[in-house]
Amino acid sequence: MSLVPVDGSAGELRASSGWALMASELSVLFRRRRTWAMLLALAAVPVLIAVAVRLSPSEVPPGRGPPFLDRVTQNGLFVAVTALVVSVPLFLPLTIGVVAGDTISGEAGLGTLRYLLVAPAGRVRLLIVKYVGTAAFCLAATLSVVTSGLVIGAALFPVGPVTLLSGDTIEAGESVVRSFLVAGYIMVSLLGLSAIGLFISTLTDVPVGAMAATIVLSVVSQVLNALPQLEWLHPWLFSHYWLGFADLLRQPVSWDSFGDNALLQAGYLAVFGSLAYGRFLTRDILS
Amino acid sequence: MRGHIPSTELSIQTEGLTKRFGQHAAVDRIDLAVPTGAIFGFLGPNGSGKTTTIRLLLGLASATSGGIRVLGQEMPTHLRSVLPRVGALVEGPAFYPFLSGAANLHRLDTADRNAPSSTRRNRVAHSLHQVGLAHAAGKKVRAYSLGMKQRLGIANALLVPRELLILDEPTNGLDPQGTREVRSLVRSLAAEGTTVFVSSHLLAEVEQICTHAAIMSAGSLVAQGTLEHLRQSGQERVRVLTPDVAAARQVLARLGLVPETAGTGRATGTSAVLRAGGTPRRSDGAGVAPAVVAPIGGVAARSVPPEVIVSDLVSAGVRVRGFAVEGVSLEERFVALTGEGFDVAE
Repeated sequence: MSLVPVDGSAGELRASSGWALMASELSVLFRRRRTWAMLLALAAVPVLIAVAVRLSPSEVPPGRGPPFLDRVTQNGLFVAVTALVVSVPLFLPLTIGVVAGDTISGEAGLGTLRYLLVAPAGRVRLLIVKYVGTAAFCLAATLSVVTSGLVIGAALFPVGPVTLLSGDTIEAGESVVRSFLVAGYIMVSLLGLSAIGLFISTLTDVPVGAMAATIVLSVVSQVLNALPQLEWLHPWLFSHYWLGFADLLRQPVSWDSFGDNALLQAGYLAVFGSLAYGRFLTRDILS
Repeated sequence: MRGHIPSTELSIQTEGLTKRFGQHAAVDRIDLAVPTGAIFGFLGPNGSGKTTTIRLLLGLASATSGGIRVLGQEMPTHLRSVLPRVGALVEGPAFYPFLSGAANLHRLDTADRNAPSSTRRNRVAHSLHQVGLAHAAGKKVRAYSLGMKQRLGIANALLVPRELLILDEPTNGLDPQGTREVRSLVRSLAAEGTTVFVSSHLLAEVEQICTHAAIMSAGSLVAQGTLEHLRQSGQERVRVLTPDVAAARQVLARLGLVPETAGTGRATGTSAVLRAGGTPRRSDGAGVAPAVVAPIGGVAARSVPPEVIVSDLVSAGVRVRGFAVEGVSLEERFVALTGEGFDVAE
């Protein structure tokens, strides 16, 4: 790489690949104390579950509490999946809402948005970088839950072969892989919400507003999904497949729901990504 | 765009640039012309549209109508090739409070695709050094004072060699020492060939460093040109302290001057050299002498040499207690152009 000549000519400047901004975005995101606080809080969910079950004198009766909870005492590997199930409706959307809602509006609120744009970062490039950053956080968040769950489960409970929903039994090692598959499914589930958050974030200079709106939408979607009267709407809700990862816990693995979910999330990404693009490209940056 | 306009001569050029927010025109048909190599002062009261103009120049906001050329290229069409050559401080510094000064510059530098990664560390260190922040490089920006943030903002504009610097109120929040440093920094950058476009509401600052200036008032450009030109376009005036107001007005009128106001001579004692003889308090009990003021020179009035005025006054029997030719300071010029609400003093 050579220095760009500054000779007053209007010659074309050679553009570098631009990965530096992506690296910088990830580094800023994961250097923030807020990000670590959220990841730690998520990691605490399985710990809380495992400790509570361990300390409780009575067995957990089957069918009570979150799914898979009754299996935890027999096999610690279930802690991870249980914790994921518990985190999906609120904790994960909450943290994603914070990160996604902060993407553009956070920069606008700080005033750094104008400096990024006059650098010039490029508006499209900035949107992409911000979305990838949010997706990376989705991955970190689900990994945080599942890893912490596997560790604490193995520490507090016996570990052994796991009986799947289909009745088949798989080895402990294989079940760890399945746990990460579930985490991957949930990470994909959150991509639609991330796109919505990104769009909302382009609408305002107040990050808290964008965060709250994103989180509220995730709750609204889940409430609508629970109303049988709106059944026609359910397949279109971004939260519709959030808990549909049971197929990954069968032998052989059925990828149908994974595919449906990925398609739905891609649709949300396309729609809200376009909206964010349309809004952000024409917007006057006055913050 | 096309044609062979000597585009290198003007670093910034706008034609009929207008920005409306609803009915209100924040920037109203302004035609800026910033010559390459100039230190160009962009003056105006708060709220006169300076920052909005800068946002338009940098492509942060889109113009309602009118054209912009920066460094010879149309904006915002050629934003990607123009902006890497422009360093900017817009509406005060803004940084990530949870990152250190150096990390902030690092971050903002990555946004510029033309800024080479290999030299980033050195360039950050160099620009921090240039603004005197080397010792605070590792400190979180949260702990910076306003003046330090301002310096960091300037450092950000200097991360790569620029052809044009657009600095919006660069000395805001700086102590006198910092203000001096910024002034000498701007001078040395200009000496190296960088065009500097600096907005300010501090006249003294502009008078000290700028070669050119433009004055904004309520969204319009009311004056523009070299500093000399701006000073000259203001009218010089004569102030006559005399008890014989009516007679003095007659004499002045006969000379083709337009006596505009008749105030009271200020009892300033010996301070004003030209007015010294007109110390109004006299032992003869005349008290404070009234003053007659008339513009001379300039465009409006016919040019009359001051000595002719004095001799005519004396020969007409007017008791002249004081006579002064008052040049127009840039400050008076601004007040005249922008109205009295201008916060000239700080």
